[in-house]
Amino acid sequence: MAWTRKILRVDLTNGTCTAEALNMAWANEYLGQRGLATKYLSEEIDPKCDPLGPDNKLIMATGPLTGTMASTGGRYSVITKSPLTGLVACSNSGGFIGAEMKNAGWDMIIFEGKSPEPVYLYVENDGAELRSAADIWGKTVWQADEILHKKHQDPQLRIACVGRSAEAGCLYAAVVNDLHRAAGRSGVGTVMASKNLKAVAVRGTLGVGNIADPKGFMDAVNAGKQVLADNAVTGQGLATYGTQVLMNVINGMAAMPTFNMKEVQFAGAEKISGEAMHEPRPSDGKPNLTTNAGCFGCTIACGRISTVDRGHFSVQNKPEYWGNSGGLEYEAAWALGSDTGIDDLDALTYVNFLCNEDGMDPISFGSTVAAAMELFQAGAITQEHTGGIDLAFGGAAALVKLAELTAKGEGFGRDIGLGSKRLCEKYGMPDLSMTVKGQEFPAYDPRAIQGMGLAYATSNRGACHLRGYTVASEVLGIPVKTDPLVTEGKAGLVKAFQDATAAVDSAGLCVFTTFAWSMENIAPQVDAACEGDWSVDRMLEVGERIWNLERDFNMRAGMTADQDTLPKRLLKEAANVGPAKGRVNDLDKMLPEYYALRGWSADGQITPETRARFGI
Amino acid sequence: MQRALHIDPGKCTGCLQCEMACSYENEGLFNPAKSRIKVFTFHHEGRFAPYTCTQCADAWCQKACPVDAIQIDRNTGAKVIVEARCVGCKVCTIACPFGTVNYNTASGKVIKCDLCGGDPACAKACPTAAITYIDADWTGLDKMRAYAEQSLAGTA
Repeated sequence: MAWTRKILRVDLTNGTCTAEALNMAWANEYLGQRGLATKYLSEEIDPKCDPLGPDNKLIMATGPLTGTMASTGGRYSVITKSPLTGLVACSNSGGFIGAEMKNAGWDMIIFEGKSPEPVYLYVENDGAELRSAADIWGKTVWQADEILHKKHQDPQLRIACVGRSAEAGCLYAAVVNDLHRAAGRSGVGTVMASKNLKAVAVRGTLGVGNIADPKGFMDAVNAGKQVLADNAVTGQGLATYGTQVLMNVINGMAAMPTFNMKEVQFAGAEKISGEAMHEPRPSDGKPNLTTNAGCFGCTIACGRISTVDRGHFSVQNKPEYWGNSGGLEYEAAWALGSDTGIDDLDALTYVNFLCNEDGMDPISFGSTVAAAMELFQAGAITQEHTGGIDLAFGGAAALVKLAELTAKGEGFGRDIGLGSKRLCEKYGMPDLSMTVKGQEFPAYDPRAIQGMGLAYATSNRGACHLRGYTVASEVLGIPVKTDPLVTEGKAGLVKAFQDATAAVDSAGLCVFTTFAWSMENIAPQVDAACEGDWSVDRMLEVGERIWNLERDFNMRAGMTADQDTLPKRLLKEAANVGPAKGRVNDLDKMLPEYYALRGWSADGQITPETRARFGI
Repeated sequence: MQRALHIDPGKCTGCLQCEMACSYENEGLFNPAKSRIKVFTFHHEGRFAPYTCTQCADAWCQKACPVDAIQIDRNTGAKVIVEARCVGCKVCTIACPFGTVNYNTASGKVIKCDLCGGDPACAKACPTAAITYIDADWTGLDKMRAYAEQSLAGTA
């Protein structure tokens, strides 16, 4: 069991909330969260629908381990059709709202239609109703959070909310929960705002039970916690430096995309690294980092809680930004910093705050600013377009200004809110967009880490590090070290990571556990919690089924296999320094083998045999 | 040796493993809403603080109870609710200056930390040793050692 077996269906058009039973036949095939919600989405919407129209649906989904004591068991995902990519979107978040949903008795909330007026959903256990959001529409996530807590007189309310960027149509708007955790990618917040749904506020006091084998579960959970504690990455590295532990590592091996992915090493990386966040600053002797923080149930606690230097230009005379909030993680530090050539730690932290406060994906935002800087360098964008902003690479003041404008959907911020692909098309230089399927890259250059090129090209939600993180193997040696410059064997490696990650996500766990956990650590926890036999093999089969289902959705949405590719720059322009100097990404050496391993045809179609094998 | 729960907020990450362990031990469910220990997040300060009953030697809750439903566990020193006697009058929740005795609408009785009979689940679950169960007479030992180490370094 472990599922609550209940779904809340919210019809925004008619303003109704209805409970229904979870489809357990589907749960047995897709486990929960990412997989199960994708199954619902796939069955319930036309994949060709307008992502920002009333026919799209938005699903908030937990997994069977969400809300349990399994380490990191607090994850939830937002699943919908993406306005950024036109494909399936599934954005995963920690914090506390996922567990709260489960404690209120719901495996999933499905939103359909579009509300005639701005509303928010209030859930207190079995009770759920839509209420007017007139007083929070137009407010930032942080303001709305405060208003809702006051209005309900309940400090224990957990809230997920969209910011002004989503209301203004920024195509990579996030759904932010618990102030600074985010279902960040692919514009899931944009979809939420398009439905006139501002926030979801949940209070759950029913508890999470239904554990099939309670003693076996606690034994598996405790064994798993010990493995995380004993591992150097999950036991120490992530707590001390967060994901920012990677900044100097990746830059050191010259795999750090820089200046809109033109170069592979950033001279200023050390100044914006996890180590730098510990250094006392001259002004007040305090480091950027105040403490680390854990999401619900997480014994790794990689979260960063930071402050901006009060004397820094970005927050002068803005005392509302002088307190602590969610600090820089690696992907944000890279996109806002290295990709734009900005090495000002305080500016990046402030912009990260704004991304949380108004719900923007910092990866897509930073990468889009980087593209705009290159367009500016090329003369395609001028100060006339930007309203006088000098967009030279390395300009911290420009980054800050653009974040403020994009957060509000004002001025040139509206162009930045289009994302890199549409921005570069608009200004006539589409090849400068560093995207796959319309989504911006994360922080690993595929010329220096070959497997990641294949992972990006084939990711079901566009360029993404969380769909197949072969960096673990190619850089960190987890579970075994492979050579990042070699293409042999990478097709199998990418497939293995993609399938395993889909299963981990669908359980309700955090993928960061897999720095230490293999499926041998995870399957026993799922097996003890859920009815039926959840072996390692079954988990991997479920993962592979999910991958194929997502692919199938995308193909039905109109995607073609020639979109399984990388921007020309990464395939034609060689890395400028480091071990990969002279190399491009050799995608063509990996892709055919990948298709074959997937049981797809040479032109990337899911074969009838593979469909039959997974019941798709 | 009598032991006491010792809390070091500086080590807390706010993960709520303690709340789940507590509710699971006492209610058989993972349910922070029914935990006898609570973790507070002070967002602007960037601090977390677990908080629960300190097991006062001279306990306000015990004195306030009109039906003698709060008794001392002789092995652990914990002030324990005798459910059969508790009438749910909530006077103890008013008397406790720290707020660590609370009414449970589901049972109609009050709930508070009872040190799990001498093996507190919260301390076992805590991944960072922010909550430990240590010699009740020496809860200051770690702090003393840290300061001793500092002064040693100062004279070296």
